[in-house]
Amino acid sequence: MFDIISKQLIAPAVWRQTIKAPEIAGKRQAGNFVIIRPKVGSERIPLTIVSSDNQRGTIDIIFQVVGATTMDLAEVESVQDILGPLGHPTHIANFGRTAVVGGGVGIAPLLPIAQALKQAGSRLTTILGARSKAFLILEEDMAPISDQLLIATDDGSKGQKGLVTEILKPLLEEKKIDFVLAIGPVVMMKAVSELTRPYGVKTMVSLNPLMIDGTGMCGVCRCKIEGQTKFACVDGPEFDGHQVDFENLTRRLAMYKSEENQRREARK
Amino acid sequence: MPLNLNRVSMPEQEPEVRCHNFKEVNLGLSMESARAEAGRCLFCKRPTCIEGCPVSINIPHFIRAILDNDPHEAVRRIRVDNPLPAICGRVCPQESQCEAACVLNKKGAPVAIGALERYVGDYAIREGLKAECVVKEKKLKAAVVGSGPSGLTCAGELRKLGYAVTVFEALHELGGVLTYGIPEFRLPQEAVVKFEIEALRTMGVEFKTNRLIGKTHLISDLMEIEGFAAVYIATGAGYPQFMRIPGEDLNYVYSANEFLTRMNLMQAYQGDAAATPIFVGKRVAVIGGGNTAMDAARCALRMPGVEKVSLIYRRSEKEMPARVEEAKHAQEEGIEFQFLTAPTEYLGTPEGAVRTARCIRMALGEPDASGRRRPVVIPGSEFEIEVDAVVVAIGTQANPIIAQTTPGLETNKWGYIVADQNGLTSLQNIYAGGDIVSGAATVILAMGAGRKAAQAIDRALSVPAPH
Repeated sequence: MFDIISKQLIAPAVWRQTIKAPEIAGKRQAGNFVIIRPKVGSERIPLTIVSSDNQRGTIDIIFQVVGATTMDLAEVESVQDILGPLGHPTHIANFGRTAVVGGGVGIAPLLPIAQALKQAGSRLTTILGARSKAFLILEEDMAPISDQLLIATDDGSKGQKGLVTEILKPLLEEKKIDFVLAIGPVVMMKAVSELTRPYGVKTMVSLNPLMIDGTGMCGVCRCKIEGQTKFACVDGPEFDGHQVDFENLTRRLAMYKSEENQRREARK
Repeated sequence: MPLNLNRVSMPEQEPEVRCHNFKEVNLGLSMESARAEAGRCLFCKRPTCIEGCPVSINIPHFIRAILDNDPHEAVRRIRVDNPLPAICGRVCPQESQCEAACVLNKKGAPVAIGALERYVGDYAIREGLKAECVVKEKKLKAAVVGSGPSGLTCAGELRKLGYAVTVFEALHELGGVLTYGIPEFRLPQEAVVKFEIEALRTMGVEFKTNRLIGKTHLISDLMEIEGFAAVYIATGAGYPQFMRIPGEDLNYVYSANEFLTRMNLMQAYQGDAAATPIFVGKRVAVIGGGNTAMDAARCALRMPGVEKVSLIYRRSEKEMPARVEEAKHAQEEGIEFQFLTAPTEYLGTPEGAVRTARCIRMALGEPDASGRRRPVVIPGSEFEIEVDAVVVAIGTQANPIIAQTTPGLETNKWGYIVADQNGLTSLQNIYAGGDIVSGAATVILAMGAGRKAAQAIDRALSVPAPH
């Protein structure tokens, strides 16, 4: 069992939890994720580690309540099982003028990578997207590490009204960006990758396919990268956005939609 | 006295009943039939059956105790060599090992050693017999990576030799392939697997789940920080292999590992009551001819709504690597076998769900490296079958995590760990065995490697360190 030290609702249905997991905290690097099983009988789901505190032996996760498993996770006082840190850590270097683009809860996995890139000397243009001001998370954490912070909301309640790509496009046009890292909904990562392709700007994305074990055993997380099959859990989760087959990812993510809906309704 | 060739037959659930439930197919021997079968043993002066067993169980010794009507003693005797008799009695391919070596096999009726082993294991479970373990503590720690059959055997053996043993398991349940892979109707999880693992815990073996070695701890952490004197790596060959044909990424095309993990570890066989879903539809195709393919096909068949399960194998029945018993059970239950057939492509619906398996017929050509006749394509024999789900059960590869994170650990060109006949790797006091060394094989071979490595570890650590 892993005790939840604190939990905080940071946006509608979006929770931040600090969990006691000293062995994972001790090994975790930016870009790593964990597999969490909230209760006996629960599903196993992947979540990125947002931050860790090696002194206190804790890790932080952020998740949106979308289905039965995340409903359980929001309610428990301690977590039954956590496995990690998993996946390849992010390749961190000074990439020069870097745009870090985050959408929705995708800002959570973006934060630790942005922090590490900044520390390595990259100059950060941070572009955050959300449905509205209320759904925008981690702005206060992103602000101090960003050389420039730009926000887009669907309804214009904060920052520019519209999409993150509308903010990114003129920057690419003016040749102000050398490297892009985008994490968020698949449609956003796909749009960013399509946008940067003609400019030849290297663009990394972090993929979030279905997973079970997270150790390379089941293969449900297989993605198509440049036509090759890769397992996001052990080969990723970050890949070159210009090589990712996003159609395939979208399709595979929808595989259990009706079962997920049914379990969510049954859980209510 | 004339030879008694009247070999006992294992009672089983009727095919038309069992194909609708996940309860165990084989029901086990009664005391009377076990004793009668034990009475057929000739108690050979030089027991060839022991030589046929990869863990060298003293078979006549425990059979004698059954005959003497002392099953308690039989449990004690078998546990000296094997901590997992109820598991081995169910899943070992005895017909090609101990029973093949039995002298009565020449007459076509070897002693049913597997059934008797299971009888003894089940007696221990029924009576709740705890494993006795009086050990002389050595004050040395040994780590075992992976809690599958190889790791469990090595852990039990090391514990008996006096080591403080910790087993690290990545998943949330112990047992490795015994838990995620082999289905309930062949190996009951709660009653059998958990009992035999608990027996190891009673002996003092410590188990830690949720630890992926190579990520949570490195092998070097175990040696240098955690203070283990030796490590045994038994992580299995759990990296699924695909055929690399078009359409394998369509929805509901599963690796056998995914399909069985959903079914068994995540208990999706319980339908809507399970948190983890599985979709099988009405028509399922399973690709492959091994035990894993049989397990997947028989799981699929038992799911509500399934009308037809086809098993597609590229060679003929004779070359099929599955145990004869598994193939027979599958056939009795109504699995359709398509021999000398291979899929070439899958086609999907507009939503991306698999709909059609395009297949081609094969003929057997010259023998290949494995000695089996190589299947060759018959041109123009293409045909299609309609499917709602496909399970690819064509084998596994080495998981790369430990090799990637352990500098100096030698692997071969397929990524399997290189180890000598005692399991010693290229690194001092680091041993490895089971599928991560041999490639996918059987439970009992993995156990044999675990036992051998434990003894080698003991020999290596018993040599006084030079000053």
